Amino acid sequence: MPKDGGIGASSKRREDVRFLTGRGRYTDDINLNNQTYAWFLRSEVAHGTINAIDTSAAEAMDGVVKVFTARDFEGVGGVPCGWQVTDRFGNPMKEPKHPVLAEGKVRHVGDPIAVVVAESEAQARDAAEAIAVDITELPAVMDMKAALADGATKVHDDLDDNLCYDWGFVEENREAVDAAIAEAAHVTTLELTNNRLVANPMEPRVAVGDFNPGTEDYTLYTTSQNPHVIRLLMGAFVLGIPEHKLRVIAPDVGGGFGSKIYHYAEEAFVTFASAQVRRPVKWTSTRSEAFISDAHGRDHVTKIELAMDADHNFTALRCDTYANMGAYLSTFAPSIPTWLHGTLLAGNYRTPLIYTNVKAVFTTTTPVDAYRGAGRPEATFQLERVIDKAARELGVDPAELRRKNFIKPEEFPYQTPVAVVYDTGNYHATLDKGLEMAGVDTFEARCAESAANGKLRGLGIAHFIEACGIAPSNLVGQLGARAGLYESATVRVNATGSISVMTGSHSHGQGHETAFPQVVAEMLGIDEGMVEVVHGDTANTPMGMGTYGSRSIAVGGSAMVRATEKIINKAKKIAAHLLEASEADIELADGQFSVAGTDKSVAWGDVTLAAYVPHNYPLEDIEPGLEETAFYDPSNFTYPSGAYICEVEVDPDTGKVEVLGFTAADDFGNVINPMIVEGQVHGGVAQGIGQALLENCAYDENGQLLSGSYMDYTMPRADDLPMFEVDHSCITPCTHNPLGVKGCGEAGAIGSPPAVVNAVIDALHRGGHTHVTHIDMPLTPSRVWAAINGQ
Amino acid sequence: MHNFEFVKPGTVAEAAAALTGEEAQALGGGQTLLPTMKQRLAAPETLVSLNGIAEMKGVCSNDAGEICVGGGTPHAVVSRETASSYPALSKLAGMIGDPAVRNRGTIGGSLANNDPAACYPAGVLGSGATIVTNTREIAADDYFQGMFTTALEEGEILTEVRFPVPEKADWQKFLQPASRFSLVGVFVAKFADGVRVAVTGASEDGVFRWSEAEAALSADFSAGAIAGLSVPADGMISDLHGTGAYRASLVKTLTSRAVSGA
Amino acid sequence: MTSVTITVNGQSRSGDVEGRTLLSTFLRDQLTLTGTHVGCDTSQCGACVVHVDGEAVKACSVLAADVDGAEITTIEGMANADGSLGVIQQAFQDHHGLQCGFCTPGMVMSAAALLKENPKPTEAEVRHYLEGNICRCTGYHNIVKAIMAASGQDVAPPMAAE
Repeated sequence: MPKDGGIGASSKRREDVRFLTGRGRYTDDINLNNQTYAWFLRSEVAHGTINAIDTSAAEAMDGVVKVFTARDFEGVGGVPCGWQVTDRFGNPMKEPKHPVLAEGKVRHVGDPIAVVVAESEAQARDAAEAIAVDITELPAVMDMKAALADGATKVHDDLDDNLCYDWGFVEENREAVDAAIAEAAHVTTLELTNNRLVANPMEPRVAVGDFNPGTEDYTLYTTSQNPHVIRLLMGAFVLGIPEHKLRVIAPDVGGGFGSKIYHYAEEAFVTFASAQVRRPVKWTSTRSEAFISDAHGRDHVTKIELAMDADHNFTALRCDTYANMGAYLSTFAPSIPTWLHGTLLAGNYRTPLIYTNVKAVFTTTTPVDAYRGAGRPEATFQLERVIDKAARELGVDPAELRRKNFIKPEEFPYQTPVAVVYDTGNYHATLDKGLEMAGVDTFEARCAESAANGKLRGLGIAHFIEACGIAPSNLVGQLGARAGLYESATVRVNATGSISVMTGSHSHGQGHETAFPQVVAEMLGIDEGMVEVVHGDTANTPMGMGTYGSRSIAVGGSAMVRATEKIINKAKKIAAHLLEASEADIELADGQFSVAGTDKSVAWGDVTLAAYVPHNYPLEDIEPGLEETAFYDPSNFTYPSGAYICEVEVDPDTGKVEVLGFTAADDFGNVINPMIVEGQVHGGVAQGIGQALLENCAYDENGQLLSGSYMDYTMPRADDLPMFEVDHSCITPCTHNPLGVKGCGEAGAIGSPPAVVNAVIDALHRGGHTHVTHIDMPLTPSRVWAAINGQ
Repeated sequence: MHNFEFVKPGTVAEAAAALTGEEAQALGGGQTLLPTMKQRLAAPETLVSLNGIAEMKGVCSNDAGEICVGGGTPHAVVSRETASSYPALSKLAGMIGDPAVRNRGTIGGSLANNDPAACYPAGVLGSGATIVTNTREIAADDYFQGMFTTALEEGEILTEVRFPVPEKADWQKFLQPASRFSLVGVFVAKFADGVRVAVTGASEDGVFRWSEAEAALSADFSAGAIAGLSVPADGMISDLHGTGAYRASLVKTLTSRAVSGA
Repeated sequence: MTSVTITVNGQSRSGDVEGRTLLSTFLRDQLTLTGTHVGCDTSQCGACVVHVDGEAVKACSVLAADVDGAEITTIEGMANADGSLGVIQQAFQDHHGLQCGFCTPGMVMSAAALLKENPKPTEAEVRHYLEGNICRCTGYHNIVKAIMAASGQDVAPPMAAE
């Protein structure tokens, strides 16, 4: 029977009511009294020396309050990077300054040069056009390999070259991997690119800075996934504002997908400028601006080699990757191709020897950072593609080749050769489930139907692992993180028994306001409606790290569980006093505290009232009140996994690929709200299909963005996608967090691209186009047609 | 957008007068012009809305049997009103942009802009339609003069398009997947006196007639009739979404499908 | 400045606008009806869809002055008279047809326009009709289900716990 509340129930989302009636409160809906508007003048060239900026005409225009350039930011810090990678020689990565406004040089199209603050946005924009900028254009630095050649134009003149770092992992395995590949019975090699993407949450970024001249406090309203991190980075590293004088509020946020994790120059600008002009300053990004100023994702160029013995056991894996950093290091950029990528290269397999080399490169492009999956989609894509290619070369069933090399259910916990220890999993179960759901036994008949219509049908399989939660803090600290990666929660029980949960996690579509109360209500045996989640405001939530990396329920939820456990412990003490019984005999069920083996009980609400009206209360033993905070730092990552199966039809005349079916059989461990989990998978899969078939952030050789709007950047639309078949009944609970949960936010985007590409290659082979062994994403009609026709 | 003076005349004559001003521009449905102005790529001083001119709206037929579409008629209305009288034209109009764009965008606005990937130019050229303005009538073959260029004079208002109705016709549109314009679109119309094949989205010169296919199809209206033909890739648009060779291939594929679909 | 009077969700509202003031700007900034969202600047995303004289229109691509005198319905006008969710809104909640909520107003307005024109659409018709509304969160699966359900057609309920 479906539950009607608590853990495991598909509770309807309470936040939906305000979103469905137009009463959400997004950052752009916030307008402050006496507010001014900022417009950023951005570089139109990819690379150049700024000779002079003349703002005099702009300053004289109607409505202009002040025009800012880098000169106004002397003594202000650069936008910091939150992760330091050490290269394979033991040296720290190169970390160039990222100024709020360009200092002397522009390094990508969209690099901000000056800002006009005016009475209206239109006036600010009008005036920005009147700013005269004299720039001597320099050669754009675009191709990563060319950027590393001797004598290449440098993006940062104060660095030796364009190499951010040269990272090896596991460096000690380097020679052993080379030897294993040299000795292998069969080696499959694949060269590929993981296409650059733009996250494109539907809400563009917005920031409103509000300096209060009376208290000298600052408030920043911003479209962020993690307001506390923004407060820390901006306050401590950029503007020098202590946390107690700076409040960051991320209200309703319209999607993030990684792109709203980072601290951006625009946030620092509006905060700084509001103190300068003594008025609130608001900036609203246009979509065109978002394309050149939001951090991009992916953009790896990789060669991967998979070695096998004569029995098709994987013996070694080697991967050489060039990872594009863009012009500056975005907040978590250095960690993506390294620790979020190299540690996942074992996949679901027992490959004993793995080595990856990653060269991170500066180019004159928009900075690149995490986008849904972040490093793990890149690892999964190359691995699942090279396995598929190997199966084809060996003439074996791709599912069988995977099964043969899967880590067996009895082998968990499993120490991989790339540092991480998988706690639980059952990959055979998810693969079997996925194949059954996808109806592979009747696939051949469907192929024949397609052939009769002149179409080519194909089936693609991928199996993935991801690492969520990104923890523990002491480990990630050793790996270079400049932040802890715990999460926090305060559970405040009010006198009448209702509860406010203040969480450091941030919901921007994930449904925390519904799912988090389900957990607390289950633990206390009370109605979900009595529990409310508060998030997104540094003034009323404990220091938290925010939402990304599929970490909210696994880390934030665990903190909430720990705080709720403290509440229960204290409430039992109060109940014991009220019932004149021993605390050890008190049981909590269905919102009632009772004395074991008796009919004596006291209701939840009576206990909470006693905590705040402590007339009959053990004041000598415990304090009044019922409010507890917990910080939870996990002992390991969590490891969701799953089998993704895609069925496509290719029109050989036009190259168009239609996704006819998509199946996802995931192991997320325990599930709090199945409806929300399925929605997360749907969205992730749609983004993965988007990456595989549609989306491409492309520059020309001069560094101009070719796909700078929805006219050229192909967002998946309703008619590009099928209904999805989604399952999460294969459950191996996480062993090291209290809920046994693993996280589900990124899985869809990680597992789906290789399934789609494998399916297209399968279709082409079935159609006789056996010369096509790989097509780089996105598999647009043009590219598929060209591959078929050998062009 | 730069600011401008907005005027909304009620008649063609008033609109024509308003358009004689310096830097005055006509506004149809605005589905292309307003986004262009937002990017500050166009900056008229006066914008003359044609949306208040009742005489420019609607679909009817004339004594010659032509379908007459007012220049201010939105795509959705054209699609609805021509569903039985000219199904291929209805199909074309019903595939422009998206539903909200079709409710607002007008045939006159599309034809005056003559985007090289717009749909209507193929339908108009493929039908051999007549463009009617406030001052004259222009044959479709004379109207389209390369991408974003037409025979319209400064201030001239496109008031009506008259479509002769073919015996058979079809529209095949292959989407540019991001913008939903035509990556390539082909309109094939078979008249008693011959076949017209108009192609949009493909050529650097904008909409064009594929005369070799027209000759072959006029002799034998079947997909097989063009099997031996090929379209040269020279002069075809090559961009992020497809090479010239790819577009040339699509022209033939879509023409063949349009013949089968007619 | 031009004076504009429109009827929004049944109420007459007036304001002075520049020539360049878009309907979306007028609704959001001057009438404080912030449910209409702006997600792009090329008339693609559909977050700003409202009904103008009964037809779905992208409010970011219409000048306020050009719809002087029009009847406009926005997301704020879609609830029942008693304030409860309308049929389409309720179906979106029941079938989890929204996540971050940003595209949702446009989706609901487009869905309403579709069902007026085609009361029992097929799945393919729903998907085709939504080509001017971009959602980045849901993969459209549950939006399509919600619209089918709102049209009175049988749709499987959201996944229930085993």
